[in-house]
Amino acid sequence: MSAVGELASLAKRRSKGGPKEKHPDNRAGLAFMAPWLIGLLVITILPMIASFALSFTDYSLIAPPEFTGLDNYKEMVGDTRLHKSLVVTFIYVLVGTPLQLIVALLLAVLLNQGMKGLSFYRSVFYLPSLLGGSVAISILWRQMFGAGGLVNQLLEAIGFTNLPGWVSNPDTALGTIILLHVWTFGSPMIIFLAGLRQIPQMYYEAAGVDGASKLHQFFHITIPLLTPIIFFNVVLQVINAFQSFTQAFVVSGGTGGPSDSTLFYTLYLYQKGFTQFDMGYASAMAWLLLAIVAIFTAINFFVSKFWVFYDD
Amino acid sequence: MTDSTATAPAPAAAPALRVRRTNPTRSVIKHIVMIAVSLVMIYPLLWMIVSSLRPNDEIFRNPSLLPLSFDVSNYVDGWNALAQPFSHYLVNSTLLVLGCVIGNLVACSLTAYAFARLRFWGRNIAFAIMLMTLMLPIHVVIVPQYIMFSQTGWVNTLVPLILPKFLATDAFFVFLMVQFIRGIPRELDEAARIDGCGHFRIFFQVILPLMLPALATTTIFTFMWMWNDFFGSLIYLTTPENFTVPLALQSFLDSQGTSNWGAMFAMSILSLVPLFLVFLVGQRFLVKGFATTGIK
Repeated sequence: MSAVGELASLAKRRSKGGPKEKHPDNRAGLAFMAPWLIGLLVITILPMIASFALSFTDYSLIAPPEFTGLDNYKEMVGDTRLHKSLVVTFIYVLVGTPLQLIVALLLAVLLNQGMKGLSFYRSVFYLPSLLGGSVAISILWRQMFGAGGLVNQLLEAIGFTNLPGWVSNPDTALGTIILLHVWTFGSPMIIFLAGLRQIPQMYYEAAGVDGASKLHQFFHITIPLLTPIIFFNVVLQVINAFQSFTQAFVVSGGTGGPSDSTLFYTLYLYQKGFTQFDMGYASAMAWLLLAIVAIFTAINFFVSKFWVFYDD
Repeated sequence: MTDSTATAPAPAAAPALRVRRTNPTRSVIKHIVMIAVSLVMIYPLLWMIVSSLRPNDEIFRNPSLLPLSFDVSNYVDGWNALAQPFSHYLVNSTLLVLGCVIGNLVACSLTAYAFARLRFWGRNIAFAIMLMTLMLPIHVVIVPQYIMFSQTGWVNTLVPLILPKFLATDAFFVFLMVQFIRGIPRELDEAARIDGCGHFRIFFQVILPLMLPALATTTIFTFMWMWNDFFGSLIYLTTPENFTVPLALQSFLDSQGTSNWGAMFAMSILSLVPLFLVFLVGQRFLVKGFATTGIK
């Protein structure tokens, strides 16, 4: 069961109540859990509380935090760069994630049809998703989509002229980063492949006997039975996409430019918190990010009732 | 999908291949599509390798992979382009990765054993909390963490990046190991208990040796992620002598601008070599870890 599924079933089990459990291993449990418990407290919960408190202050590390009430949040309402960063991030999430998942699903389905050389293709498709988060690949991207970069050289070779520098043009810079995201479709593809193997072959045989076309089988067998995996991928990829940072940072040289067209939310948060040391504002931004991610995840879970099909 | 990870060391692909009547034309078309996609996927990487062996001006003139030149001067330039020789950053990254791997192996396996095998008060709630931290954006904690580590004087050391791993904060691996341990037959623990083993001996002598595949997956993923780690390193490592490889590459880009692509490509390739080697060696663990837990 996936992490997402596990969480859902735990919630169910709790609401059911059930007989009182015995706890014979309390002492050993505490011993084994000690590192995690300390980590939860010191690395996660206390900082979360502190971050929430800081979001109501003005704090720059030098002087002690000064309580300013809702000022940070009010400032966020009028901060046009923040709005721009939200738009950029939403475009990235709402365009990049579906594109990446569709490519991943299509290739997984193709690969699953008993092709020769499956493991070769799988490796080739998977490799970019391992390297894609590195600074090295972002550097490559910056050259490739620069004015005289690889992409323009190839386009010129087939006759195009007057080509723009894709990363230095505000209209196309974000597109290049979305493309980088799609290029790393290998990881969700692997998950789809694992899911496809779980679909019993007899369904297809039965449908074939009834005269259903391949396309029909795809939409009426493969897709419905794969919906839990699709859902799982959507939830995780959306959460990940909201937190993307490296690519935008390297491609734009840390600025989010040109004209803030690649100012990802996390990049703006970094600029506020760690270059301007406006820690209060950065904390408030972090909580808005958490709220957005939580709302998106909740929407995903809610909407899943209408399209995810559990075969049990 | 999960239980098979406990036992099967065979590549996940092998048993599930479906044999169908193959229509030769369709199969050829399929392969053409696949090869085309493969080329698009891999071309930028190959071109970067070839370009790293070309003189700088040729990088902007030659989009092809041919003719192959073999000029290693970019590597020599890049190695010495920054304040320290590049080996310095490679050593820093290696130390970071090593610390994180050890931390994750120790802390996550202990926690996972407790979740999978021990019955203690509050286990289900703790487990739910652990799963939720999996989805928590790091940004909500990073500012106070930074303040905390700056007060203990650990900013600009590797400690803030390594210490959390010893406290099992990578919930992903805890979950991966819990799934794995659940697949190990309980009879084995019970036999050991009847022989008089306590939980620590069961953990060390029964469970740990059986969960080597999960430990391998954890090692490989931790290696990959921390070798690439940028956000945390950027925040905590402030002076060049403490930079890891990603920060060194970034500062290379900052300082030489876009004038020295050859040397930058050369060092980029160098930084990808360890990832590629780990990928080659550990691919089956990666694929399996992915399929089980599904996080990049």
